[in-house]
Amino acid sequence: MTVISPETASASRTAGIPALLKTAFVNALIALVLFSLMVGIRTEAGSDGQLTYWTRFGEVAALVAAVFGGSIVIELLRQWIGPAGTEKLIPPAVQTGMSLVGRYLAPALLVFTLLVPVIFYDQRYILDLAILVLTYVMLGWGLNVVVGLAGLLDLGYVAFYAVGAYSYALLATNFGWSFWVCLPLAGILAAFWGVLLGFPVLRLRGDYLAIVTLAFGEIIRLVIINWQELTGGPNGVSGIPRPSFFGIPLDNSDDGLAALLHIEYSTTHRIVFLFYLILALALLTNWVTIRLRRLPIGRAWEALREDEVACRALGINTTTTKLTAFATGAMFGGFAGAFFATRQGFISPESFTFQESALVLAIVVLGGMGSQLGVALAALAMIGGFELFRSLETYRMLVFGMAMVLIMIWRPRGLIGHRAPTVYLTKAQAISSDLVKEGHG
Amino acid sequence: MDYFAQQLINGLVLGSIYGLIAIGYTMVYGIVGMINFAHGDVFMIGGFIALITFLLLISTGLTAIPVILLVVLLVSMAITALYGWTIERIAYRPLRHSFRLAPMLSAIGMSFVLTNYSQVAQGARVKPIPPVITGGYTLHESADGFVIQLSNIQIIVVITTIVLLAIFTWLVSRTRLGRDMRACEQDQTMAALLGVDVDRTISMTFVIGAALAAVAGLMYLLYYGLVDFFMGFVAGIKAFTAAVLGGIGSLPGAMLGGLAIGLIETFWSAYFSVEYKDVAAFSILIVVLIFMPTGLLGRPEVEKV
Repeated sequence: MTVISPETASASRTAGIPALLKTAFVNALIALVLFSLMVGIRTEAGSDGQLTYWTRFGEVAALVAAVFGGSIVIELLRQWIGPAGTEKLIPPAVQTGMSLVGRYLAPALLVFTLLVPVIFYDQRYILDLAILVLTYVMLGWGLNVVVGLAGLLDLGYVAFYAVGAYSYALLATNFGWSFWVCLPLAGILAAFWGVLLGFPVLRLRGDYLAIVTLAFGEIIRLVIINWQELTGGPNGVSGIPRPSFFGIPLDNSDDGLAALLHIEYSTTHRIVFLFYLILALALLTNWVTIRLRRLPIGRAWEALREDEVACRALGINTTTTKLTAFATGAMFGGFAGAFFATRQGFISPESFTFQESALVLAIVVLGGMGSQLGVALAALAMIGGFELFRSLETYRMLVFGMAMVLIMIWRPRGLIGHRAPTVYLTKAQAISSDLVKEGHG
Repeated sequence: MDYFAQQLINGLVLGSIYGLIAIGYTMVYGIVGMINFAHGDVFMIGGFIALITFLLLISTGLTAIPVILLVVLLVSMAITALYGWTIERIAYRPLRHSFRLAPMLSAIGMSFVLTNYSQVAQGARVKPIPPVITGGYTLHESADGFVIQLSNIQIIVVITTIVLLAIFTWLVSRTRLGRDMRACEQDQTMAALLGVDVDRTISMTFVIGAALAAVAGLMYLLYYGLVDFFMGFVAGIKAFTAAVLGGIGSLPGAMLGGLAIGLIETFWSAYFSVEYKDVAAFSILIVVLIFMPTGLLGRPEVEKV
């Protein structure tokens, strides 16, 4: 790392104005070329199939001006903050304060979550949103086992979500099996598919694995779309039974839960029940993950994430270790899928696109891979953010993509937290570079 | 037999387009070691820019089709190349020494940005153009009336691909830039020590890859007569499959893989089912990676500590 003395730093700051303007000008010029045709000319197919176009030079000018101003601001910020990677000194008082917050944040959040249906009992919208957030928290925690703990980039996680959802939907609509029988089955089936896919491909290196999982996710979706006799194709499966309170239906009938408890029936009962159901499932995921992390298998996952070659040298069977991580993650994905199916009452292939996989992955990455609390907060921020910008439908995926790039540049290890391995040597051992260079292995 | 020959022609044309995209994947993978996930979307952007340029030129009253096509080709190559350069500069260069999953995730983000950027800028509807190049040759007419057609556009696609490949092969094997690229591929640090500007070479790799993707975009536009904002995703995965099948890092391999994927997809659609053609392509990716991770022409990769 280069150390910049105060003199040179201030010198570059003062001498930087013309250079700064030049950079901004060049950037604006590039932006002008980039946006000139794509934004400046808007094409649209007319009613007769003929393409027409109209110009939008005002938008181009605005974008170019924004790039010009933006690059000046970014450059100034960069000079003020200093080169990336410098250690920021945080006052000890703030540090202890932050660690205190960190210690009590998770329990406080849990208590608050438990009380959500009590506080917002009358607000259906908030309850629905909370259920959605919790679904993504669970998916995030499930994927966290694969990506965060074992370090395997899985771009097709939604496939297991789909397997879980369709398992429950088809078993329940065709055979009338209850949710509580199907839930474990959905998990087992998803895990089975995880093993089936994982067994051959887990020998592959990181990015190959990512593409194969992506391809697998797409295959599952395409099969669901095209196998119309089984899955109903693009029309999906409708009329999926609602879950019962361990056999007691949550409806307005004589043997429903409301009638048995002699209280007035309300549709909110079912929503509240679904809320606690997904909360329980998510907490189960969390609990299992935390317990697994302390077992040898969990330690092996973390070791695998840090250094695969070293793992192999230590006699860890990398294939089975990866496979267990993959299957565990898939199983939780299957649970979440079954829950999704029972909550919606209707599923179609549209819910299981690559965007969904990327969203869950973004939650895990944003939350800091491996950090349970981070993933939960990231899911809250992400789904909440999506909900806030619901009106800007087309722009929100654009912003989502930009956020993903920026987070990778700014904090590649995650915005909220990064979990270091549970056990590690406190003393780092430096190895001379000539011992590890290529060709001397 | 005639049906087979016709499908062979169609498959080779489709394969040429895939091959052009695949070169971009294989070059970037060879030199930086990352999967440029956004490359399929660069292809899509190339198609859009070709469409818009074409529309503008038509509205100026130009009628000479060869002139129009040449201008469209050059403009879309130039602007798409700038897109490629900008993407590398913004999303990949800051991450070159980050942890190994970071560039991949950044590339996925970039892919979303490009897809939704063109949706916002140009709308979600499919953009059709009238057939630009018409006519063709009847190669053979069988007794039962089945005709093997070779259309002019198919000839143009294949010839353009061959010419570009010739130029590109010359570029990589004979010029200073090509030598720099091969040096960086082998050892970036050593190349830098010997005076190769690594940053510039990597930028140029992205520029060339994007320019070839733009050509593929134009060919796609001419061949199918339409573009839409979502076409980059599936085409990108198939081209990546082609690159892997040919042996990632190998340039002739990318072209070979592209042709193979084009043929497989066409024959699968012709003889089995159109609905499952993408499933076939993706399954091949999985099968190839499992049984032949180095591909047809790739070198085995030795992992060193």
